[in-house]
Amino acid sequence: MTALVETLKLRQYPIGIGRLIVWFFAAAGVAAMIARWAWGLGITTNMVDDRGWGIWISFDILTGIAISAGAFTLAAVVYIFNLKQFYPLVRPTILTGFIGYLLAASTLLVDLGFPYRIWHLILYWNVHSPLFEVGWCVMIYLSVLALEFSPALFERLGWKVPLRITRAITIPLVIFGIVLSTMHQSSLGTLMTIFPDKIHPLWYSKFNPIFFYVSAIGAGIAMIVMETHFSAQAFRYKFEGPILAKLVKAIPWVLGLYLVGKLADLVFSGKVQYVFAGGWPTVLYLIEILVGVVAPIYLFSKASVRRNRYKMFWSATLVVFGLLLNRFNVSLIFLDGAPYLPAWTEILVTFGLISIGIIIYDLAFRTLPVLQHAHE
Amino acid sequence: MTIDRRSFLKLAGAGLGGFAVTDLPKPSQPSLGPTDGMALLYDTTICVGCKACQVACKQVNGLPPETDEQGIYEMPNHLTGKTWTVIKLYQPEGDEPWSFCKIQCMHCQDPACVSVCPVGALVKESNGAVTYDTKKCFGCRYCMAACPFDIPKYEWEKNLPLIQKCNFCAARQAEGLNPACYDACPTGALTYGKRSEVIAIAEARIRDNPGRYVPHVYGKDEAGGTSMLYLSHVPFEKLGFPTLSDQPLPAVTWIYMKAVPPLIGVVGTLVTATYWFTHRKKGPESGLETGPKEESHDSAG
Repeated sequence: MTALVETLKLRQYPIGIGRLIVWFFAAAGVAAMIARWAWGLGITTNMVDDRGWGIWISFDILTGIAISAGAFTLAAVVYIFNLKQFYPLVRPTILTGFIGYLLAASTLLVDLGFPYRIWHLILYWNVHSPLFEVGWCVMIYLSVLALEFSPALFERLGWKVPLRITRAITIPLVIFGIVLSTMHQSSLGTLMTIFPDKIHPLWYSKFNPIFFYVSAIGAGIAMIVMETHFSAQAFRYKFEGPILAKLVKAIPWVLGLYLVGKLADLVFSGKVQYVFAGGWPTVLYLIEILVGVVAPIYLFSKASVRRNRYKMFWSATLVVFGLLLNRFNVSLIFLDGAPYLPAWTEILVTFGLISIGIIIYDLAFRTLPVLQHAHE
Repeated sequence: MTIDRRSFLKLAGAGLGGFAVTDLPKPSQPSLGPTDGMALLYDTTICVGCKACQVACKQVNGLPPETDEQGIYEMPNHLTGKTWTVIKLYQPEGDEPWSFCKIQCMHCQDPACVSVCPVGALVKESNGAVTYDTKKCFGCRYCMAACPFDIPKYEWEKNLPLIQKCNFCAARQAEGLNPACYDACPTGALTYGKRSEVIAIAEARIRDNPGRYVPHVYGKDEAGGTSMLYLSHVPFEKLGFPTLSDQPLPAVTWIYMKAVPPLIGVVGTLVTATYWFTHRKKGPESGLETGPKEESHDSAG
């Protein structure tokens, strides 16, 4: 009975200040996208010849895909490692991942000079290009995520046969998704290996593919915490605190591995002096490592943090912030090129896409059984 | 083979704990470039800065002029989406020697742009030219970022922008003609021929004219070698050339890219094995996507 009442409540679409802001930014973002298609990249962005990649690459692609890594991580935890207690988190996380990848792919439609040629990736191959591999993996993984989430849709529609089929192939899908994610999360790091002379030594590393992969897993878990917090707040659901508390125990291990790897790389590649060289590289490197890696390792290893919803949430934001700063440092701030600050249109597109993601998440949550089974 | 295995193991994460003990091996991939394509040698001591090459390039390739707000023709000071080659003047203060310098695509033997292009729009031709297929390009601009010489430029002002860069007059070469800039040069500052012969000429000039040149043929080995070669009487870094290792950049990325197929196998096998291991007691479960089913509800909740 209470479940029914809550379902009915969810079906409503109350117009509050938050929803107005989200819709405003979504509309502004779409307007900025149309402007970009109408007038071209030169007028609507601050990108120039010596700075051909801006925030759309650093944020929407590199950061967006990395923080969507929670989907494959949690799928592995639940389905492969058979830790069923985390099951209630699966559907919201898969949904978040799906939206994250959808937004990253949508960014390409704005960033590419020829958006309508995006299918050239399928037609013309170059196996030497990391971007070729990333493109293919993202394309396939987007379909895998859609299939992984499709049972929620089929349940709502009452389609028995498709439901049975997707359930039957869940495990192969999950395995396939893990393989694809491992490949493209690391390949985003490979993308940066072609710049040995252009990236500051503190951020150019031959191990960037591994660093990108491991840090994405850490940030993916942190995103699960943030997303659970927000949706519990927005939809007045019970915050899955005890389950999350167990999940985030993995963060010190994942980020610990990352930290050891980063430090070992510094030492053995002879780059320690750059940490103490002063200036912006030193400042941003220390913030990235101390605030985004060391602090979360300490915080998430404390039971008092894991017991407290808000402490857990804010600690998770540090992890995501650290990843974001890392991706910006590698691909924008310390990648040689012309000085660059994003144009307001670029920022609007980014905020617009995030807002569209929130709208889709919100609608899916209200219309599909995203939490139902965990909630009853 | 050992390189394969070592880099592969590291990428597979097997060596995660000790992955900083050694650096990744130096790539030993042989050059994929043509063994003896054509090349151009530019000699700063012969160039008089007349810019005839620049004009000829515009004419032959149908490139629009650079104009100011009033539509008055201007001389570009760098490569742009409309200009594939420029002559620059390096003039330091004081009594230091000055120099002209011709800039255009270097036509690397192993071009980074060719290796990073996800749709294979850029190709290293057997005659040495790095050409660009406007029909394939979808505008990701990875080539612009990856080029160690920052050569590819973009038509930012256009709605459907293309990459712009020198194509070594590939079409003219195919017809048996010479590159337009070479034909236009009135002083012989440019030398055109087989790459090995051009390098031999450059080295002979250094040998026969002691003190005239910086004793280095720029482009012979830089980034694995280029089809544009330079002799200069002022240090190359003063002319804006980057100091690069002899390592072709595509070889760096290829270490990782060639590990992709085996890595797919390893990750897939490991994940599947883990699945069987964790599910060995109950046997394989179908329908793990439990949803609101009754029987799975217990295990989920």
